[in-house]
Amino acid sequence: MSSLGNARRGIRAPHLLLIPAIVIMLLGMGYPMIWQVVTSLQKYGLQQQFGKPAPFVGLDNYVTLATDPQLWLVVGKSLAFCLITAALTLAIGTLLALLMSAVTKTARLILQVALLLAWAMPVVSAMTVWIWLFDRRRGAINYLLDMIPGVNMNRFDWLSTPLTFLLVACIIVVWMSVPFVSFSVYAGLTQVSDEVMEAAQLDGANGWQRFWGVILPMIRPVIAIVLLLQLIWDLRVFTQIKLLQDAGSKSGDYDLLGTYIYKLGTSSQDFGMASAVSILVLGITVALSWFYIRSLLKEDEA
Amino acid sequence: MRTSKILLSVLAIVIAALWAFPVYWMVSSSFIPTAILQSFIPTFFPNKPTGSNYVGAVADGSFWSALGMSIAVTLTVVVFCIIFAFLAAVAISRFRFRGRRSFVIAVLIVQMLPAEGLFIAQYKMVSSVHLLDSVIGVSVIYIAAVVPFTIWMLRGFVAGVPADLEEAAMVDGLSRFGAFMRITFPLLAPGLVASGVYAFLQAWNEFTVALVLLPSEAAQTLPLWLRGFVQASATRETDWGQVMAASTLVAVPVIIFFLIVQGRLTSGLVSGAVKG
Repeated sequence: MSSLGNARRGIRAPHLLLIPAIVIMLLGMGYPMIWQVVTSLQKYGLQQQFGKPAPFVGLDNYVTLATDPQLWLVVGKSLAFCLITAALTLAIGTLLALLMSAVTKTARLILQVALLLAWAMPVVSAMTVWIWLFDRRRGAINYLLDMIPGVNMNRFDWLSTPLTFLLVACIIVVWMSVPFVSFSVYAGLTQVSDEVMEAAQLDGANGWQRFWGVILPMIRPVIAIVLLLQLIWDLRVFTQIKLLQDAGSKSGDYDLLGTYIYKLGTSSQDFGMASAVSILVLGITVALSWFYIRSLLKEDEA
Repeated sequence: MRTSKILLSVLAIVIAALWAFPVYWMVSSSFIPTAILQSFIPTFFPNKPTGSNYVGAVADGSFWSALGMSIAVTLTVVVFCIIFAFLAAVAISRFRFRGRRSFVIAVLIVQMLPAEGLFIAQYKMVSSVHLLDSVIGVSVIYIAAVVPFTIWMLRGFVAGVPADLEEAAMVDGLSRFGAFMRITFPLLAPGLVASGVYAFLQAWNEFTVALVLLPSEAAQTLPLWLRGFVQASATRETDWGQVMAASTLVAVPVIIFFLIVQGRLTSGLVSGAVKG
């Protein structure tokens, strides 16, 4: 490879090859990003939608944000939702990966196919099924829970209080995300050599000790990256919340950051504020991603 | 076989059944006549399967127009993504040049940017050039969002084909381009297929950007159509049979394609980590 590179030094071929990708990324992502940074520094409300020039107001939008208790509530809820969902996803995903490596070939295959099916479901289809499963009157979940003696779930409306609403969202997101975690961690587990495991066993380590002492340190890099991706994905969750709001309540109590920005932009038409909140989300995302990006860069240089 | 292994295997199968249940539920219910689904006791198996839900779901023209829109957008995204990503992947894995590292970092950052944080600006941009409700408007955003990961994926494939092989062919009298087309390109085919399917899945499933950039009903893609179908149905008594049939129609192509590339996707996302 290096010889080729040397032979071509000075020729602009690689730059030409990059042009289409760079142009499309600038157009679809770069320009909107810059527009958003600029707009977040402007007063951009309903009047500006109709052509009035947007005055620069410095950091006013950010100050408004920082002092808005409603926004802090949404940020808090989003962070809590993101942390709890990501932690649950990681825990269940890792347990299932361990289970995969402990069972017979047939059982493993069955489990993997089931997880793949859940992973492959388009999010809108998946939401449609889950909303029906949780349906107040004809949902299978209320029906099955109601059969447990002493439990009365008849016509229980899951989407009618913010807490159960977010619980349903959490269950659905965990269901969708666990397969990716399981397969990734399982791929990591297959790299742990049998000899190491046998050696640990011979040294008298029990199952628990082997997990904490041998397996976990070896799969830590995978776990770290998977956790990071989950945190980023769960922070910006939009589709699931939006579709649950279609089925339940649209009130602000049921908002996370994604739907909050959407409403700022569509119902209030306040693009200045919406941009400022978006920049906040983008900032958190890039900060969180930095570790992931660095590890990928290392791979690129290897 | 040890008892614990058998017990764990049973547990694994039970969990598998739980996990697959929603998917089973969707497909199974889509074949149950509406009259039976209206009962308050769930029906767990379609005893008398019917196709009437499917007929009902596609009866008005909106399904077909959404299907057409989805196909148009998806094809555009797949074709341009593959071409753009392929060129860029060749550049970064075959050449060392000034700005290479900056480009790689930019690709990785763009890959992480959520549409959920940019849709306001994207809406404003696309509407200002009057491309709302058009294939082009939404495709540009999709390609920009999908091309980074495709570049990253293809980079691995291109790097996997030794440049020596090409040089050997050139020594044997092929032109540089000829060597590339005859030697490297065929070896890249699996990578191109995997990237194409990845782009397909993203474009076919995308909801957020479509919701913002395709406001009119005539321009809906399938995910928007499905949402509209559920909403329209909810104003009457929700016809869950038809809704599940609609849902299955959207899901089936995805499940098929997904199974094809699944292995590649996992390793692409975490390969750096697994190697340590």
